[in-house]
Amino acid sequence: MKDIKVLGPGCKRCQATEEMVKAAARDLGLDVAVEKITDYAAIAGYGIASTPGIVIDGKVVHAGGLPKEDDLRRWLTA
Amino acid sequence: MNMRSASLDQFRKSQGTWFGGLAVAAVLWFALYGQLQPFARWLVAQLPIAPGGHLAASVEFFFYDTPKVLMLLVLVVFAMGVVRSFFSPERTRTMLAGKREGIGNIAAAGIGVVTPFCSCSAVPLFVGFVSAGVPLGVTFSFLIAAPMVNEVALGLLFALVGWQVALTYLFFGLSIAIVAGWVIGRLHLEHWLEPWVRQVRAGAVDLPDRQLGWTDRFEAGWDAVKEIVGKVWYWIVAGIAAGALIHGYVPAELLSGIMGADAWWSVPAAVLLGIPMYSNAAGIIPVIEALLGKGAALGTVLAFMMSVIALSLPEMIILRKVLSLRLIAVFIAVVGCGILAVGYLFNALFS
Repeated sequence: MKDIKVLGPGCKRCQATEEMVKAAARDLGLDVAVEKITDYAAIAGYGIASTPGIVIDGKVVHAGGLPKEDDLRRWLTA
Repeated sequence: MNMRSASLDQFRKSQGTWFGGLAVAAVLWFALYGQLQPFARWLVAQLPIAPGGHLAASVEFFFYDTPKVLMLLVLVVFAMGVVRSFFSPERTRTMLAGKREGIGNIAAAGIGVVTPFCSCSAVPLFVGFVSAGVPLGVTFSFLIAAPMVNEVALGLLFALVGWQVALTYLFFGLSIAIVAGWVIGRLHLEHWLEPWVRQVRAGAVDLPDRQLGWTDRFEAGWDAVKEIVGKVWYWIVAGIAAGALIHGYVPAELLSGIMGADAWWSVPAAVLLGIPMYSNAAGIIPVIEALLGKGAALGTVLAFMMSVIALSLPEMIILRKVLSLRLIAVFIAVVGCGILAVGYLFNALFS
């Protein structure tokens, strides 16, 4: 099971990113646990400077803006 | 059906489609843009309004400026969206980390103009910069320049008020960001950050490099148009309505008396008035245009605009999460002094 964290203080784009991650995982038939990190200190701890960010199994794969669908699939299946 | 949608997808993603489409769009844009003034006149003539009166002047300003500003905005935002796809806050941070003050302030202000930034990500950006070793003063230079000297402000000033004003604004906006950041750095106020900020020791993360082609960059430009124009259009309409009222109804003698170069107190008044006001750059510029047309002094008007954009109460409230009240006060004072200086300088130079 993949452990996915969506980093963001709760802006609209962060919510959209979370939805995108869940939808992409569902389409791919993957078993994932999506957690949202909204605490600023925790977000900063991942070393990103823009939100929303995506962390998959402890690795930061994306920061800033909505991810692209294609990229999202690639990260999830990697 | 799958095959058809796949080929449609391919068509959408092909560079040829984008280049061809953009060329057609550009031609249409310029053809339409040239017709805006006659169209506004014609539209006003169709309305039951006495020609030459206050109302006619206001309504024509509104009908002319609304499509004009929106069209310009689409053009500017698209172009900057493409340019910005070459930058990201993470890459900017790598460039700025470990830079000495001085050079670092100049670089930060310059990069601040082109790095994508929205006030909702001000906090992650601030903490991300400081924790990765970007000096506090350099971070402030970035944080001042990013909202104040942005593409929307510059593009609209260029088109509505003229290139001289736009260039001057660029130059002095950057100067304020550089000097204010440098001053804040000199004051060594790191201990006035909120304690948790200093405890974050993250170091910069390495993001997997994304390979962007031209299609991706054009798509980024278009996404920027959808997002920014979708978000600011009502600010613009409100700003143009305010500008139209000023244009049609406020007598020139009154304004040049209050906001003219002779009224020394008008510059600080403009700065103070600007702090609680929050508007997007796009909303304030039609007001600027109308004020200048009525004989308000350039320095006073620029000071007002800079204060509205750079010193906004909502952003202060967001930044309160990372800065102590004292540090916010220093920030407002330093930037406010810079804006005052620019206002007085201009009124002295151009009166």
